[in-house]
Amino acid sequence: MSGYIIKRVISAIVTLFLVATLTFFLMYLVPGGPFLSEKAPSQQTLKALEEKYGLDQPIGVQYLNYMKRLIRGDLGTSLKMRGQEVNDIIKTRFPVSAKIGLMAVILAICVGIPLGSVAALNRGNWFDRLIMFLSTLGIAIPGFVVATVLMFFFGVRLRILPTFGLTSPLHYILPVAALALYPTAYISRLMRSSMLDVLGQDYMRTARAKGLSQFKALFKHALRNAVLPVVTYLGPMLAGILTGSFVVEKIFTIPGLGSQFVGSITDRDYPLIMGTTIFLAFLLITMNVIVDIAYKIIDPRIKLK
Amino acid sequence: MDNKKKPLSFHLDVSDFLPADEREKQSMVVMRESVSFWKDGFRRLRKNKLAMASLVVIIIIMISAFIVPSFYPYSYEQQIRGSENLGIMEYSDAEIERIKSGEEVFPHILGTDSLGRDLMIRIMVGSKISLLVGIVASAIILVIGSAYGSIAGYFGGKVDMIMMRAVDIIYTVPDILIIILLSVTLKFPLKELADNVKAFAWINTVGIGLISIFVVFSLLYWVGMARIVRGQVLMLKEQEYVVAAKALGASDSRIIKKHLLTNSIGTLIVTTTLQIPSSIFTESFLSFLGLGVSAPMPSLGSLASQAIGGISSYPHRLMAPAIVISLIILSFNLLGDGLRDAFDPRLKN
Repeated sequence: MSGYIIKRVISAIVTLFLVATLTFFLMYLVPGGPFLSEKAPSQQTLKALEEKYGLDQPIGVQYLNYMKRLIRGDLGTSLKMRGQEVNDIIKTRFPVSAKIGLMAVILAICVGIPLGSVAALNRGNWFDRLIMFLSTLGIAIPGFVVATVLMFFFGVRLRILPTFGLTSPLHYILPVAALALYPTAYISRLMRSSMLDVLGQDYMRTARAKGLSQFKALFKHALRNAVLPVVTYLGPMLAGILTGSFVVEKIFTIPGLGSQFVGSITDRDYPLIMGTTIFLAFLLITMNVIVDIAYKIIDPRIKLK
Repeated sequence: MDNKKKPLSFHLDVSDFLPADEREKQSMVVMRESVSFWKDGFRRLRKNKLAMASLVVIIIIMISAFIVPSFYPYSYEQQIRGSENLGIMEYSDAEIERIKSGEEVFPHILGTDSLGRDLMIRIMVGSKISLLVGIVASAIILVIGSAYGSIAGYFGGKVDMIMMRAVDIIYTVPDILIIILLSVTLKFPLKELADNVKAFAWINTVGIGLISIFVVFSLLYWVGMARIVRGQVLMLKEQEYVVAAKALGASDSRIIKKHLLTNSIGTLIVTTTLQIPSSIFTESFLSFLGLGVSAPMPSLGSLASQAIGGISSYPHRLMAPAIVISLIILSFNLLGDGLRDAFDPRLKN
């Protein structure tokens, strides 16, 4: 077990290192370096800035300095918001996104798992078909479409839900629903197929044959086994919700990290783009490692390599 | 001779060994000609109504995306003065005058945008871009992924280990972040390449945004294809016909091309078909964030993104591209599922 964990952590560090290196060199492809902006700074200011940030040194030295700063957790300074550290921006913005993202994760799990299980138990009848139809639709519709359509109907047409900012609990409903739709649809499909698989297993027949009630057999045997594939989906789901948050936060003008990231892309604020990318990559890679290890612990049938 | 069988005896029943009569012989003759892989697959696909309906939808969208714009009376960048912000099937004052004087004016089926551009043609051209991205990117991914995966799987051992370790690392990289990062930065070197090197001048005609999307997708998405192809090749290379081909002196590249990849064609088709909607999905996401193809070229994602500002007065401007893109992704997903059931039943989960 510990061998597996060590291996997994090392590979995560390698991946993160690669992402950071790639980020650094991509920064070099941008003409004018990190100080490019609409108001071109004078030759002198540029030189002073370059000296201040060590950009006049050879690329190898710069790379080493950059890596040293990264290891200390310093992501640099924003270009457009003068004097603001990328770290501080992330610190104020990220909790907002994390809150919405977490709500969406919980919603997707709490709705997706029951829907998928009930669909599997009613295989072939109208309920199953309805769930499968809706989830097929939910997977095919891009997040920005879901978010804007929700905003249009509930915010603009019916005027029952607010569509701007995050000041009351009511404000959370639309963004969380928009974020959760795709993972909910995915989980219910995943859950249905794995539940069907489990229901056909010998141990389910044994459980019923030895006199266990339908209820007990379902909750003690079927659900526990069928839920395993959903655990493997947790990693990709986090990535999906993160991607979704870029769009959803932009549409609902939520002051989170997602809308900040999109804004920094529009502003071409390269240090902020790079810093946020590295932070989010770190987050996702760490989560993936945790999910992988958790999966091995939950399912003892999987051999640890 | 007494043919009667004693009830409890173990003697053989002589009647089982009588010569077969004509009727019995007839039943053994193979009446139907043998069905080829393709025929068998298409027969199953035709029975799948959902997949066939999706195929029809895809063909209709393709016709309106690739053929209709060439004879459509408006063009996607043409700004018609005085026809700004028209609603569905509305005419501007100038156009009404022209109709009154007996001229024929082609209606703005979905109205026009704030610059007076016909929305219908913009959506058609936008779906052309989306479809192009989906199909071309998937084709590139197919080529890279199947070459890489089959080489790793066929040679096995250390080669496989090193090649797949690289795949594992790319697989754990958060793709969407890197895609955004590459789309932000890649445009500059591509522009430089197109402007300064003559051999790459074609990049400008295709459009830098489009090329950078192709490059970005093919850099990251081939790993999934490589894994699937490797799995197929690992299974197929143990088959007798591969041993036979080797014994006859076939070269490695011939075995990979003629035997291994040909025999995994079902998987390749299915995976590529399912790759198309996911590429379109990502492209629309990037365009929505403003990273896709550059203006005035429309894309379904950027059309939707531009429509958000005026959502309360012109909701159809958002709904039309949103419906088209959902329809494209849904149809390709359903067709891919149908193809999988028809050509590669083992993949079904």
